[in-house]
Amino acid sequence: MDRRQLLKGLGAAGLISCAPVFAATPDDRRFVVLILRGALDGLAVLPPVGDPDYAKLRGELALTGPGRPGGVLPVDDLFGLHPAMPTLHTLFENGEATFLHAVASPYRERSHFDGQDLLEKGTRSVVGVRDGWLNRALHPLGGGSGKEAAIALSQNMPLILRGSQSVSSWAPSRLPDVSDNTLDRLQDLYADDAFFATRLAQAMDSQEIAGNMASGRVRQNQQFASTMASAARFLTAENGPRIAVIEAGGWDTHANQGAAEGQLANRLGGLDAGLGKLKAELGPAWDKTAVAVVTEFGRTVRVNGTRGTDHGTGTAAILAGGAINGGHVIADWPGLADRELYQNRDLNPTTDLRSVFKSVLEDHLQLSRGFIESDVFPDSRDAASIRDLLRS
Amino acid sequence: MTKNAIIAANRFGLGARPGDLAQMGNDAEGWLVEQLTDVDTPRGLPASSDVIVEVNELRMQRRAARADDDDLVQQYTRKIRRHYVEQVTARYRHAAATERPFTERLVHFWSNHFAVSADKQPIPAIAGLFENEAIRPNVLGNFTELLTAAAQHPAMILYLDNQRSIGPDSKLGKRARRFRPDQALGLNENLAREILELHTLGVAGGYTQEDVTAFARVITGWSIGGANPQGRFAEGEPGKFEFRDNIHEPGTQRILGKKYAQGGVRQGEAVLYDLARHPSTATFIARKLVRHFVADEPSAGLVERLAAVYRENDTELRPVYRALIESDEAFGEQTSKYKTPHDFVISAFRAFDHVPSDGRFVAGALDAMGQTAYRPGSPEGWPDTAAAWGGPDALYKRIEWSSAVANYAGSRIDPIELGQAALGSSLSTRTVQSIKRAESVMQGTTLLLASPEFQRR
Repeated sequence: MDRRQLLKGLGAAGLISCAPVFAATPDDRRFVVLILRGALDGLAVLPPVGDPDYAKLRGELALTGPGRPGGVLPVDDLFGLHPAMPTLHTLFENGEATFLHAVASPYRERSHFDGQDLLEKGTRSVVGVRDGWLNRALHPLGGGSGKEAAIALSQNMPLILRGSQSVSSWAPSRLPDVSDNTLDRLQDLYADDAFFATRLAQAMDSQEIAGNMASGRVRQNQQFASTMASAARFLTAENGPRIAVIEAGGWDTHANQGAAEGQLANRLGGLDAGLGKLKAELGPAWDKTAVAVVTEFGRTVRVNGTRGTDHGTGTAAILAGGAINGGHVIADWPGLADRELYQNRDLNPTTDLRSVFKSVLEDHLQLSRGFIESDVFPDSRDAASIRDLLRS
Repeated sequence: MTKNAIIAANRFGLGARPGDLAQMGNDAEGWLVEQLTDVDTPRGLPASSDVIVEVNELRMQRRAARADDDDLVQQYTRKIRRHYVEQVTARYRHAAATERPFTERLVHFWSNHFAVSADKQPIPAIAGLFENEAIRPNVLGNFTELLTAAAQHPAMILYLDNQRSIGPDSKLGKRARRFRPDQALGLNENLAREILELHTLGVAGGYTQEDVTAFARVITGWSIGGANPQGRFAEGEPGKFEFRDNIHEPGTQRILGKKYAQGGVRQGEAVLYDLARHPSTATFIARKLVRHFVADEPSAGLVERLAAVYRENDTELRPVYRALIESDEAFGEQTSKYKTPHDFVISAFRAFDHVPSDGRFVAGALDAMGQTAYRPGSPEGWPDTAAAWGGPDALYKRIEWSSAVANYAGSRIDPIELGQAALGSSLSTRTVQSIKRAESVMQGTTLLLASPEFQRR
């Protein structure tokens, strides 16, 4: 009897006797899903600087090749990594991070809400299923109420973890800072109303003078780092959850996205520091950890009229952690020529995100392929798991 | 749903809950009038007299022990805090769920008109009880009884120090002068002045300093029973209103040109009776009502109309409320009032159909936005105009709170649906578009709560 079956047996026994069961992943492995809400621009994180159409299409948002001022960090002949992410670059060079490009969920429309729903439901269509794929995946791991296998570092339970399995959640109690992205949208919403517009502008000026705003961004990143540190504490606690979901917003960069520096660079810097924090705080557990950084969809290849990008389709994903067979770029690159773009505007997705998730569930958490196909990602045969993403 | 329903629910009520607007249909006025038949009271709270006795005992123990006994000080503070949180929780839970939001808004209005502020001990422990005991039972009655109940409630007596006010020629006053000529024992004009200035005539209502002093003499002896079980003032039911004849200034007093020769507590009650019927009072409270419900700059015409209704109805309040909701101005321009933090928080709970379970969260939110529950900081109560609440930082705090609430509510809700249920057609296309484009449900909810139309009523 292998360990997986043993665990299944324990889980069943637990259900019958109603005794609390310790949630357990095989060999105490950790899995972290980091959801970037708002649609991360994959072409900014992993710019295809070697693609002949890249610089032309991206215009002022294009990054230059490695070694130049503001240039990308070297990855391979085609791709570079955004310069704001040195920690991730080191992980990549040490074989602890793999980059995936031109990925997408099966979702092909452009609504954030539906896109996130589908990403988290793990299904082909938004209607019907009501629970999240990661909750469904918990079933064979056991873990009852009080001994939850998974935790959301969030005030509310994200859809990905909702379902019949008991899961936990935690968030710091103070009021969260409002993101710059939300403030930008409020400025826009208030544009017709002088009472509100004036006051918001004044408030933001005062915040800046008081040193809170310039560092408002810094604070948002600090908050993210502290969330990552909290996640690590849960993941390393004795009998604590081994699976964590973390969310971060602020990726919906419709205006003034910036290139090597600017709004998005800042958020990427925060993401990079957060990953570094997670690794540091996990300590030796990092070696047993897989982190999947995913977003609902990508952004338009071309720059819009406000120096930003609009909702798109294909984007990038990141796998990091000591359990990752890193140092690779996985991309069936469709190219950026006009005829290759999805609906002549978006990066054409060639890899299904479910393939990435399935690989982690099978090779890292060692769930059976049959269970994954039937229960976790039903109707996903066309999204085959990807070999050798993990060390195991 | 009609424009009038939206106004009724948001301007006169405490914000629409899902389904409220549809239920109201075409009869917004009927919906409001029907609410004036009764008033509900939050259940399960102690009587203010019991709390006053309890707190007083702790205070005595503290005094008897060393003054710096940290344990007793902490115990006292904790006890008061517990009562305060319990009453704040009860108030906001009730407001979030009540089926009579118009009556409830009137309760809050009068509670603020007769403000006892929780920044002076032991008011935090009894401010909510004052609202329930003095305001609620009279909010649909007449102003004379409302005024009297407020002025004689122990919370008001303690807040404005009337238990300390001693008639110079009262039995005790004379004795004190004989034995301790150096010690200042005498009138405290605080309550008398505030009744004239803030509760009835208004600051320009035509009274003089002589009137204040005479009125202060009239209400000497308005005190609290069992104030000090060991010493003087032991008489009366502990923690309840008590008239103490031995500190009451005897004799006839002249106020606003009229002589009051009654004895005992009836002298003061006669003054209150006349103050309630004074034309300045009619105008003063009519203006406050119009400012609260209709516009920061009340129209003179509507104020005069309400004042006339008040004068013609022997201080009965219901006819005034009806005249208000039957006026054209009341249903005129939409969303003319900028919500106070109090309004904003309650209307958000109602929009979500959420009854908060932890009052500390509500208290913290109101505190952060600058309107600490039951603590206006002065007997004048909270201001009622956008000028007072419209500071940039206050708006920023609302945005932060909106974001916190949105995160708490999570992604299971539909902000556009909620917005339509709460605001009906006054939810702007611009806000709908903005929510649709939001990067997450939570951001969409933040935008809804922070939208101009949600922050106005």
